[in-house]
Amino acid sequence: MYKPNDLVLRTTTSLIAFILLGFAIYLLLAGHNSPGGGFVGGLLTSGAILLMYMAYGMEVVKKIIPINFTLLIPIGLSFAVGTGLGSFIFNVPFLSQTFGYFHLPIFGEIELATAMIFDIGVYFTVVGVMMTIILTIANDQ
Amino acid sequence: MNDLLALTEQILQVSLVICFIGIAASLILLLYQVMIGPTQPDRAVALDTMGINIMALAGLLSISIVTSKLNDVVLLIGILSFLGTLAIAKYLEKGVIIDRNLE
Repeated sequence: MYKPNDLVLRTTTSLIAFILLGFAIYLLLAGHNSPGGGFVGGLLTSGAILLMYMAYGMEVVKKIIPINFTLLIPIGLSFAVGTGLGSFIFNVPFLSQTFGYFHLPIFGEIELATAMIFDIGVYFTVVGVMMTIILTIANDQ
Repeated sequence: MNDLLALTEQILQVSLVICFIGIAASLILLLYQVMIGPTQPDRAVALDTMGINIMALAGLLSISIVTSKLNDVVLLIGILSFLGTLAIAKYLEKGVIIDRNLE
């Protein structure tokens, strides 16, 4: 039986996957004012998870990340819809957004926008959809 | 002094155009290689090189329209190209991309 040697792939995956996840979070937080946003962040996160799947196989990663990715889609969508409906509480039109400047202990003065919550919803939805598509295709016999 | 600045600006523009043309020609040749490539590994290598060329194109574009916002894009294209090449290489070697269980 021919046995492929993927030691290099596995060793680098354990390093690169975390760099990719960090870059994904950076892209998620950098959105709205510079390139990035929920979609690219979710795409890159699913890329990192896909890299782990390619290096370690289905069974191992299922044990490491015990998340039902299909469940992430309704969670993300309810985040996004909740942001839109939340604007009714303040008696403003649907999907209105606002922002404010806050002083946090470590980060100092930063700008927080409600569009961020919408972006997080998009992020979860994209991760759920991408992983569902990829794993469904990979499971095909 | 102003003359020198204008001259360097002109040199930059000319070299940018030359680089764009070179990379475009390279992309066309690589596309041809992907289409005819005698063996599958040839096609895989050509696709990987296409990714690198697209990265170079994005970098040159960020020089052309003077901005630093495209740096993330270059990194992103590199990562996605790497993942694609990895998937193709694994498919060519094992015939399966995500294995059910490894040993």
